Amino acid sequence: MDVLTIIGQLINTTLVFATALIFTSLGGIFSEKSGVTNLGLEGLMVFGAFAAGVVGHYAQDAGMDAFSAATMGLLAAIVLGTIVSLIHALASITFKADQVISGIVINFLAAGSTLYMVKLLFDGAGETELIAGYSRIAIPYLSQIPLLGDAIFNAYPTTYLAIILVFVSFYVLYKTPFGLRLRSVGEHPSAADTVGIKVNRMRYIGVMLSGALAGIGGATITLTTTGTFSHNTISGQGYIAIAAMIFGKWNPIGAFGAAVFFGLAQAVRNYVQLFAWTQSIPPEVIYMLPYVLTIIVLVAAVGRSSAPSALGQPYDPSKR
Amino acid sequence: MSKLMKIFTGDSFILSIVAIIMGLILGALVMLIGGYDPFEAYSALITRVYGDSYNFGEAIREMTPLIMTGLAFAFAARTGLFNIGGEGQFLIGMTAASIVGIHVHGLPVYIHAPLAVIAGAVFGGLWAAIAGYLKAARGVNEVISCIMLNWIGLYLSNMIINNYALLDGENRSVDIQPTASIAIGWLSEMMGNARVHWGTVIALLAAVFFYIFMWKTKQGYELRAVGFNQDASKYAGMNVNRNVVKAMFISGAFAGLGGAFTVLGVFGYQSVMASSPGTGFDGIAVALIGMNNPFGIILGSILFGTLTYGSAGMSFSADVPPEIVRIVIGAIIFFIAAQGIVRWVLKPFYAKRKKEKVL
Repeated sequence: MDVLTIIGQLINTTLVFATALIFTSLGGIFSEKSGVTNLGLEGLMVFGAFAAGVVGHYAQDAGMDAFSAATMGLLAAIVLGTIVSLIHALASITFKADQVISGIVINFLAAGSTLYMVKLLFDGAGETELIAGYSRIAIPYLSQIPLLGDAIFNAYPTTYLAIILVFVSFYVLYKTPFGLRLRSVGEHPSAADTVGIKVNRMRYIGVMLSGALAGIGGATITLTTTGTFSHNTISGQGYIAIAAMIFGKWNPIGAFGAAVFFGLAQAVRNYVQLFAWTQSIPPEVIYMLPYVLTIIVLVAAVGRSSAPSALGQPYDPSKR
Repeated sequence: MSKLMKIFTGDSFILSIVAIIMGLILGALVMLIGGYDPFEAYSALITRVYGDSYNFGEAIREMTPLIMTGLAFAFAARTGLFNIGGEGQFLIGMTAASIVGIHVHGLPVYIHAPLAVIAGAVFGGLWAAIAGYLKAARGVNEVISCIMLNWIGLYLSNMIINNYALLDGENRSVDIQPTASIAIGWLSEMMGNARVHWGTVIALLAAVFFYIFMWKTKQGYELRAVGFNQDASKYAGMNVNRNVVKAMFISGAFAGLGGAFTVLGVFGYQSVMASSPGTGFDGIAVALIGMNNPFGIILGSILFGTLTYGSAGMSFSADVPPEIVRIVIGAIIFFIAAQGIVRWVLKPFYAKRKKEKVL
């Protein structure tokens, strides 16, 4: 294989790995901008991947074509992710539980209940039956560009959606009244309350958006990478999405960059053994690299945190 | 004794018990919906754990590392830190204990075994101290550095085992020297070869150490003060940064000990792992159930260990998917965290009690 082909494939694989992280870290941003920590992104992804696997399977069984079946799965993931995120919202906003803890609860529930249901639905098997999922769509003309065209413009529909949502999220957060309100309840809830913004309602919306987006993130993995849902379909991706969000300083564009970076790091693994000069490096070092680099970047560039200032604190109107 | 009575009649204790009961009921409901008999399932679970001495010993083996990772999380939490890196610290502790257990020769058992155990604690502690240092010196959020260190720890452990201790043709290390073993041979024989080890005793002592250190020493007071209010402690002349590193070191040492026990007491070797074992995350659950109290954590690990170890029996004899216990555990933590819900459920009872007092 010549180097150009490899670079092209590398970019393509990077985008595949990054897509799920983009969705999920965008979700994290909406929740955290409203002031609610969401450590449950991992669990929400699991629920999304599960919904996509199960509904995608039944839709395909009912005679739908691969694309429609996958889209049904994606929609189911949005619905389930949103519903489950309400548990987190209820505990952390209404009942003022520790937000970190109720996020962890989501992760526990996800690990247990999805496999429980898969075993109920598929006669005790530990995974859903294989589905076709999405196939790549080449964008006319753009995909004809030499090298880059095939690498970037011949991708899964979810990847295009993710990239569009990055800009939509940025616009919504920073250019609309809704975004201003959402950010204000995360920065200074009592001031927001004073001007008539319903703090808890905004936070509910933030958390539900995170559930919907993390649900899509999880579904992406089932529908493009694995084709089935099992216990290790989502292994730590939600935590990496959290890292991408912090790495990107709670900004959609920044999180997108970080997600691509993590995607690249994952993709590099597949290619590292191809060249003679890289074979002397232990593969574990390559695996470690993105995480080590993240720490280095955090130490060197990001500096002190730029998290929303009311992050993690339940809003109590009696406190000023 | 009156102090002990206070613990068991205290408000938070009652809330925890009610939360546990509500979690078990929720699990039962989920089983009913799935078409299973919850009574049969729960009794199979209990029979599995407490039915014979072998399984009882194995359940204790399951509980031991959970005590350690639970203590690790709780220790950090008491000082205002969120140590989500128990996973990585556990793995590094395992690896340090393996290397000392495999490559140190010719020592008598009473030196070699403690040395390997201490190596696990020290390296687990150092691994956590990295996150502490990054927070203290550079303001890096410990949650994210711990998540990164979990992954780095996984691959670093694999690399060390692959390069320095691999058993030819297998995906695991060679066995540790017999002198590094902390298994209790005679007790194990009595319990049908259940893998019981001295780590359990050390874990109980560690809980006592936690209590004494945190609440009876000057150093512990300082750590708690820093956790409670950083600024106030700074004005009071405490070195906040040094305390953050110290707290993370001790926290990581607990998790590292848990890893060391797993190698030295249970398996006698270390496997090359595709993903983290999950004990660190389970420890968070145990600490939450135990309300970050060392003795609560022992109770929490008994509950968690019983449920997870017993779940195998549940699937074996009642044919219920064992994943149900993760739902139960998740629900218990949820109800403990969202005490408002439990208080709301208990409201009628509290109201009644008040009336009685008035009369």
